[in-house]
Amino acid sequence: MSWTGRDRIRRVIDGSMSVVFTATGAVAILFIFLIFLFTFKEALPVFTDPEIRKEANLRQFFATAQPAERIDERFVWQPTSDQPKMSLIPLLLGTFKSTFIALLFACPVGVAAALFSSEFASRRLREIVKPTIELLAGIPSVVLGFFALLILASWLQDAFGFTYRLNAYNAGLALGIALLPIVFTISEDGLAAVPRGYREASMALGATRVQTAIKVVLPAAAPAVFAAFVLAFGRAIGETMILLMAGGNAAIASFSLNDPLRTLSATIAAELGEVVFGSAHYSALFFIGTLLFLITFISNSAGNVIIARMRRRMQGEAS
Amino acid sequence: MVILTQRLAEEYMKLNPGRVVQVNGGGSGTGIAALINGTVDLAQASRPMKDEERAAAEKSRGAQIVETPAALDSLAVFVDEANPVKEMTLPQLAGIYTGKVRNWKEVGGTDAPIILYGRENSSGTYDYFKEHVLNKADFSPKVQTLQGTAAIVNAVSRDANGIGYGGIAYDKGVRALALKKDAQSPAIAPSEATVADGTYPLSRKLYFYSLSNAPERVTHFVQWTLTPEAQALVKDVGYFPLSTGTH
Repeated sequence: MSWTGRDRIRRVIDGSMSVVFTATGAVAILFIFLIFLFTFKEALPVFTDPEIRKEANLRQFFATAQPAERIDERFVWQPTSDQPKMSLIPLLLGTFKSTFIALLFACPVGVAAALFSSEFASRRLREIVKPTIELLAGIPSVVLGFFALLILASWLQDAFGFTYRLNAYNAGLALGIALLPIVFTISEDGLAAVPRGYREASMALGATRVQTAIKVVLPAAAPAVFAAFVLAFGRAIGETMILLMAGGNAAIASFSLNDPLRTLSATIAAELGEVVFGSAHYSALFFIGTLLFLITFISNSAGNVIIARMRRRMQGEAS
Repeated sequence: MVILTQRLAEEYMKLNPGRVVQVNGGGSGTGIAALINGTVDLAQASRPMKDEERAAAEKSRGAQIVETPAALDSLAVFVDEANPVKEMTLPQLAGIYTGKVRNWKEVGGTDAPIILYGRENSSGTYDYFKEHVLNKADFSPKVQTLQGTAAIVNAVSRDANGIGYGGIAYDKGVRALALKKDAQSPAIAPSEATVADGTYPLSRKLYFYSLSNAPERVTHFVQWTLTPEAQALVKDVGYFPLSTGTH
């Protein structure tokens, strides 16, 4: 075979492979798009069907309050009641309370662990610490939930004397454990990618290792750290099993972290199995699904924009 | 009641090699929805099927619904073993579960908040309790909903101030309260005798639901569950055989 013949074959293989990769990428995007379309289609009666709108509509979800004094009696999720009450306020509060605690735990701990691993640990120690924390990501969330339900909740109650065994602290902490490897891995990769020259320059100016790590390396890796937070937030909003098991699963409209909680995602998991197809309750659950999708989509997109901007600024400073 | 049917199915398959019964759990609503949607031949429920569910099933499956009572169950109210409260009236219980009664001292206990545990709204136990104890009023939002009576018993056994409800079959590590219809009536603890003579206020039938055009493999199993040997198994699991209840 001539050289030009081989060249042609190579070009054909090259071209067809790039088509294959483009196609697989397109399929992934198509799936996401179709899933969103399906979810939204099932939620659509909330906006269009007058029968369903009697029970489930935007005003019901976000604004309608029952005539009562206490906030937990004003906003109520009781979709199977004789007079269905479908306020999403208790579920939104549950989701944000657990996410807040989880991020409050996972972000500092994850970044600190990443700083330790990339800046202070000896190479041998690092080779133990990094895979061990990353192993956490492999624990199925149902196992974490089970641990929090049976063991963590009792520890916390014994230590702090909570009225409710299952509360926002317990759920948030268990969720935080699930977020830890996400925050750790992405921040660690970002820290490790900071050029050696930054550290050497800082040390040469007389900074200590701690000063170098916190004032030079960490800011340089800020886009990665921020990306880690955004991804952790997305995971926390969508996580279901841990919260279903460890959160106590009571839809209470309350700001107190001592109360049990129920998240948007747990509500879908708990109720979709028995709901009558096409009912107002069914559409409401799909509306919750759409809402979750939108929250993660918006937070991820906003995160990406901010990361890109930070990176550009960083490179601008570096050059 | 999934543990009951699980045991029945195991025994049945042992006695009838070649016949296979596959059992799934999830609550009465789940089973009935599956019957309506045509994914199962037979549904079990701890509450009677609602009229609209019957209509939906008859429309989608094109046959009449056949109801077969299979066992008796009494719904017990559980508290921690150390809780000094031993008995309660149904109105008190309703007050607790609707959130009007919030402290154990209001019902003769210590000064401590009442921690409520209950079932998912897909559960027949949830519907039964709502109808017969709460008189269809809403549960308090503070009720922590758990999947299955076993989970409730587990939670209450770990919670000194907890209260939960569920089938008596699961009564392990907790104490079942004696119940009074009202302040004047005597307190009755759940037992085979009190369920049988109907004095225990919260007892119910467990049902099988199938279709009038069900194949022989379905009717054969349902008929078998009513035989004395199957009913003995019912008692074994902790429910009450049908023969005990004539009320």
